[in-house]
Amino acid sequence: MTPLVKPAQDLHHAYRRRDLREALAALALAGPASALIFVFLIAPLVCIALLSLTDYQLGAKALRFVGLHNYSEMFADRVFRRSLENTLIYVSVVVPLSVGLGLGAALLIEAGESLRAFYRTVYFLPVMATLIAMAIVWEFALHPKLGLVNLALKSVGIAGPDWLHDRHIVLYTLAGIGVWQSVGFNMVLFMAGLQAIPRDLYEAAAVDGVSNAWDRFRTVTWPMLGPVSLFVIVITAIRSFQVFDTVQVMTKGGPNRASEVLLYTMYSEGFEFFRTGYAAAVTMVFLAFVLALAALKTWFLDRRVHYA
Amino acid sequence: MTGRGLGPTAGALRHVVLMAGAVIMLSPFVWMVLSSFKPQSEILTAELTFLPQRWAAIENYATVWTRVPMGRFLLNGAIVTASIFALQVLVNLPCAYALAKLRFRGRRALFAVVLLGLLIPIHATAIPIYILFHHAGILNTYAALILPFAISVFGIFMLRQFFMTVPDDLIDAARIDGVSEIGIVWRVMLPTAMPAVTAFGIFSVVAHWNDYFWPLIAIGTRELYTPPLGVAFFRLNDGGTEYGVLMAAATIVIMPLVAAFLLAQRRFIEGVTFTGLKG
Repeated sequence: MTPLVKPAQDLHHAYRRRDLREALAALALAGPASALIFVFLIAPLVCIALLSLTDYQLGAKALRFVGLHNYSEMFADRVFRRSLENTLIYVSVVVPLSVGLGLGAALLIEAGESLRAFYRTVYFLPVMATLIAMAIVWEFALHPKLGLVNLALKSVGIAGPDWLHDRHIVLYTLAGIGVWQSVGFNMVLFMAGLQAIPRDLYEAAAVDGVSNAWDRFRTVTWPMLGPVSLFVIVITAIRSFQVFDTVQVMTKGGPNRASEVLLYTMYSEGFEFFRTGYAAAVTMVFLAFVLALAALKTWFLDRRVHYA
Repeated sequence: MTGRGLGPTAGALRHVVLMAGAVIMLSPFVWMVLSSFKPQSEILTAELTFLPQRWAAIENYATVWTRVPMGRFLLNGAIVTASIFALQVLVNLPCAYALAKLRFRGRRALFAVVLLGLLIPIHATAIPIYILFHHAGILNTYAALILPFAISVFGIFMLRQFFMTVPDDLIDAARIDGVSEIGIVWRVMLPTAMPAVTAFGIFSVVAHWNDYFWPLIAIGTRELYTPPLGVAFFRLNDGGTEYGVLMAAATIVIMPLVAAFLLAQRRFIEGVTFTGLKG
């Protein structure tokens, strides 16, 4: 054995010891979290996919494999189709309004100095407030005779509708509440985006002869906000797909299924009628939409959509 | 920050538009609080009034308190949100450190699972977790409200990103001093990560204080109701048409978070946006 090898071997052993020590530490530190990820995330995801292929009912002793039966029943069911359609309408109303108004509020608030903190606080308040309690407040505020909205309309001579019991209106009423609740959230995301725009870009634009506010917005602000905007759009869409609280407490999907949405269908099938297998299939549809939107987000972020 | 300041006309117009928006944003809150001060008779007059003619604030709030165990609901909310956050730090912070600073087999796979988990809302896993808890016999317990959220892949992700920016020298120095890995996590990493932990804490408390979906499924006995369940229950059973009382109940449920928010707006907005980038 030459003297040169021994230290190298020692070093090798030292590395091995260090690797082993790190591996043991990692096991101790990441082990509990990994176990919980398995129990509360991975296993349930596998279960929900499998359950959707069975006729399992909550509390039943046995279950039978039924293939795609739940899915074919679902897509043939008027209630489910209505639910899916309503959810898509809800999302397509909330997303443009919430994102557009959020952007508008951010631009206007950041355009001046005065009352900036006040406006930011006020617009953000609905994001913080417990939605279920605010849904109850809105229900009262939208009461056809005693509510704030129709009383205010009456004072200017307009007879307001029955916002929550008219089947042509109810879904849009809920979407309006969804917008009210989420504008502030999008606003602060846009504010963060605005603050990240380098000031010298505006100076450069001024040198190039860009003088009015609209042109500044068109040539600098909007292109620089591109990535943030796409991000906000996708996030708002994902959150809108999760609409549940307002529906559950205010309308129960009614009147006549006019405000039935995916999560409410899942909840009532699974936890009121105990048709677990069927509810699992509804969940899979919900999950497919959420994952598709998330994939879109990843794709956009990876491409770093940016027009500047 | 769209460049230079606005002229006087544009400045005034800015306030007109923003004030109109502010009125819409605030009106449900104002309506809620004012109605909670009014007796039923004044609410039923169907007139648009602001301040009550006869103040019924004390009786409305007292009615809420005597008819349902509102104090218990608030206490439940505090217990559940605090336990969730404490467990989240205990479980997820060490995992985030391991992912950021230790080399071990399966690290990439674990991180990939964390990234996947970011996309999965509780709604998608609720049914299997419910069945699991049913068989474990822990539905209708605090554990049922707390355990599913002990793991937060978002917390892991966020803290991992933060730990990636902590210099290795800091950790190596602690190791040379003979500090164990667990000691490093709690005595070195936790103090440096306080800003991230605070932001995550705000996000976590807001999300779980306000959560309705999971408690609705997991809890059936009134003694364990969280504030959102409590107020929904109150509307359904006791105060559905007694609007003054109902608005008092809503005000009580909303107050703790709104008060905290008004006291520390910046931190809240930072916390919720910083962490809100989750889908």
